[in-house]
Amino acid sequence: MTTSLELQAIHKHYGAVQALGGVDLSVAPGSRTAIVGPSGSGKTTLLRIIAGFEAPDAGRVTLGGRQLADGPEAVPAHERGIGYVPQDGALFPHLTIEGNVGFGLPRNTPKRAERIAELMDMVALDSAMLARRPHELSGGQQQRVALARALAQRPRLMLLDEPFSALDTGLRASTRKAVAQLLGAAGITTILVTHDQAEALSFADQVAVMRGGLLVQAGRPLDLYLRPRDAAVAGFLGDSIVLPAQLAGGWADCALGRVAVNDSGRRGAAQIMLRPEQLQVAEVPAEAAAHGDACYGAVTDTDFGGSVCVLSVRLVRGTGPAAAAPAPSAAWDEPLLVHSASMHAPALGAMVRITVAGQAHVFSA
Amino acid sequence: MSALPLDAGADAALKPAVAVLLPAPAAGRSGWRLSWVGGAALVVSLLALLPLGFVLWVGIQTGWDTASALIFRPRVGELLVNTALLVLLTVPLCAVLAVALAWLTERSDLPGARTWAWLLVAPLAVPAFVHSYAWMTVAPGLHGLTAGVVVSLIAYFPFLYLPVAAALRRLDPGMEDSAASLGLGPWAVFFRVVLPQLRLAVCGGSLLVGLHLLAEYGLYVMIRFDTFTTAIVDQFQSTYNGPAANMLSGVLVVCCFALLGLEAAARGKERYARVGTGAARMPLKRKLGRMAGLSLLLPALLSVLALGVPLFTLGRWLLAGGTAVWRFDELGPSLVQTLGLALAGALLTTVAAVPMAWLSIRSPGRLQRVLEACNYMVGSLPGVVVALALVTVTVRLPIYQTAITVLLAYLLMFLPRALISLRAGIAQAPVELEQAARSLGRTPTQALWAVTMRLAAPSAAAGAALVGLGITNELTATLMLAPNGTRTLATSFWAYSSEIDYAAAAPYALIMVLLSLPMTWLLYQQSKRTAGR
Repeated sequence: MTTSLELQAIHKHYGAVQALGGVDLSVAPGSRTAIVGPSGSGKTTLLRIIAGFEAPDAGRVTLGGRQLADGPEAVPAHERGIGYVPQDGALFPHLTIEGNVGFGLPRNTPKRAERIAELMDMVALDSAMLARRPHELSGGQQQRVALARALAQRPRLMLLDEPFSALDTGLRASTRKAVAQLLGAAGITTILVTHDQAEALSFADQVAVMRGGLLVQAGRPLDLYLRPRDAAVAGFLGDSIVLPAQLAGGWADCALGRVAVNDSGRRGAAQIMLRPEQLQVAEVPAEAAAHGDACYGAVTDTDFGGSVCVLSVRLVRGTGPAAAAPAPSAAWDEPLLVHSASMHAPALGAMVRITVAGQAHVFSA
Repeated sequence: MSALPLDAGADAALKPAVAVLLPAPAAGRSGWRLSWVGGAALVVSLLALLPLGFVLWVGIQTGWDTASALIFRPRVGELLVNTALLVLLTVPLCAVLAVALAWLTERSDLPGARTWAWLLVAPLAVPAFVHSYAWMTVAPGLHGLTAGVVVSLIAYFPFLYLPVAAALRRLDPGMEDSAASLGLGPWAVFFRVVLPQLRLAVCGGSLLVGLHLLAEYGLYVMIRFDTFTTAIVDQFQSTYNGPAANMLSGVLVVCCFALLGLEAAARGKERYARVGTGAARMPLKRKLGRMAGLSLLLPALLSVLALGVPLFTLGRWLLAGGTAVWRFDELGPSLVQTLGLALAGALLTTVAAVPMAWLSIRSPGRLQRVLEACNYMVGSLPGVVVALALVTVTVRLPIYQTAITVLLAYLLMFLPRALISLRAGIAQAPVELEQAARSLGRTPTQALWAVTMRLAAPSAAAGAALVGLGITNELTATLMLAPNGTRTLATSFWAYSSEIDYAAAAPYALIMVLLSLPMTWLLYQQSKRTAGR
């Protein structure tokens, strides 16, 4: 039942505005792909083209070997058998929940009622709700009904258009998890569109980052997080520290001193990236910085956020041999963001020693 | 009733139903119900019950034997069949036409869609009896049921087109996307998702058209088609205040209530608003492709029939009549009299609506809802019933055959228009502002005038304008109630066209159309605004 989806050079314009400028993407059978990007990056347009609500100006969409669109020649949405759950569920207000879930099931479907009950069961909703109206349900329940309605078609591919964004934080995570499990168990290839990077990273096997109508990078969530293609992708997927550095033999000399990098071949000037959780801070006496041979900084701001405390640390140049390395960033003045466990967070104004765990990522070019 | 009653009728029908259905929250905490506001609202509401009370009173007075003798006779059966056929044929045709046109102008890439939309609303500026006058000129042989249905269709379809187009614009296209992804073709999506969502608009519009069909007099007299209303006016003019006319009007009132009940049942209790949050995306326009040319025929044909024919006819008669028909010694006084009545009536009606509108927004309760329902109900009664009731009540009073009685009739007929506009306006003035004014030392009444009414003034003005427009084009009640010598634009037009002096009638028709045009434009703009676009 599982089917792979191939997108080739998808282009789409709205008047003079380019919405998609040549997107290639391939989605493995049974996998979960998240398309992320800021608003206006073209992710929803891409989803609508896959669903068949709109036709691309150019480019090809194939699903399981069947060509769905080749430029403006497109199979209409209702002949594609692709499930779709929109942002707000778009339940039909004039029908009961039963009418909504069974909307795509013809009247004479054998065991129609059983099938509807089974679908309600799948999305963990009580069958007693079937007689209710959409507005009598909570937001999370409405989303589940929308999912059940789409599942009734036994779709080969399920498209989720920011389906969790209308839910509150707690419900959001649990619904996301439930949906991921449900779709995974059913073996349905899934594409999720979202502007929430945490949601994308946790939900998907493959994350595709879009920007300005182009697909900038696609890959496994961890790969993307640790090895983003450029600073913008890095920043989109989470807080990042980008520093200029001089590379040589798998090491980088930068404002933080000598740091291991994940590219042993590169030499010369480059940009490196670290995630804030790679930096570890330990409080030291104020005068330590003057004599120490490591990298020191002063805490200029603390932002308490519950379990994690985000510190702003301004580098203080030490006099030791490591600090005296010829860093190209001698004038590096920006405060660094450091994630610290709240329990051990240094106080405002404290002097800290900074160490780097793991390797820094080198941006190509 | 006049040619331009807008959404007043629709809401008139809706309000009583809503009032009954919705359990009202506990009545307001304050002592407002006993204040002058409550008292004034009560007086106006009781006045609004007058026509209904008249029908009941006449029924009891006449006694069952006489009443049944007057009601159960072949003539009444004939009228009933005529009226029922007229409604049953015209309303569904109007609905189908309106949905098709609204879809073309709102959801397809019809060339010049905005222009067509305006052209399809513009016929509202032509009073219904001017429509039939135009058709009598073009096709003098036109008469009977077919003619009645055709001319009614042309005169009244904008009442359905306007709300249906607005509803189509508001519809969330996400639902159509979902339906398509569930395997429904475009036609199935339209019938299973779009059409059910249009139900409220179609029901409301149909009711409005139906009430007009029951109330219209001039249109049907001209094409010699007998309905209850024409029969009542005939009876009234021949036997004056006889029980026959009164009994007929009783049956007509029952017909009106049957329509109201039918609509309330058809609209059901479902909720049709969008369930989700956030803004809906703009609907996609469906490509007509090769069908574009064919599709253009429909709005083009209707524009020709509903706008072209009246304008062509008026032009023709004006040309034929030359300067001779512009008798300014008659036109001038007629215009002055009409504007005077319209102004006085609009002012009276708006002021009378203020207490009720304020109460219904500020302290909604069960009693207020019942009172409000009375106000709306009277607007859905035909002008002929209101006029008969006032004749019966005032015949022994000094105000009989004076402008006061005419104004009272206008007040009763057009109260819902003023009320709806005022309600909307007052709802926009938050109660906190009034409270702030009171905390700054104003009495409640001062606060109402200085803050709420100031903010509601634009809506009040719009409501007053709608009432004024209704009065300008009103024929039936004016004919029956106006003091001798009164010549409004509508009655002058009627007098001339009854004498088959079509050329002399043309200037009056032209002035009525010109006076109505700005208001029609306003309506069109308003319907676009309520749709949020």
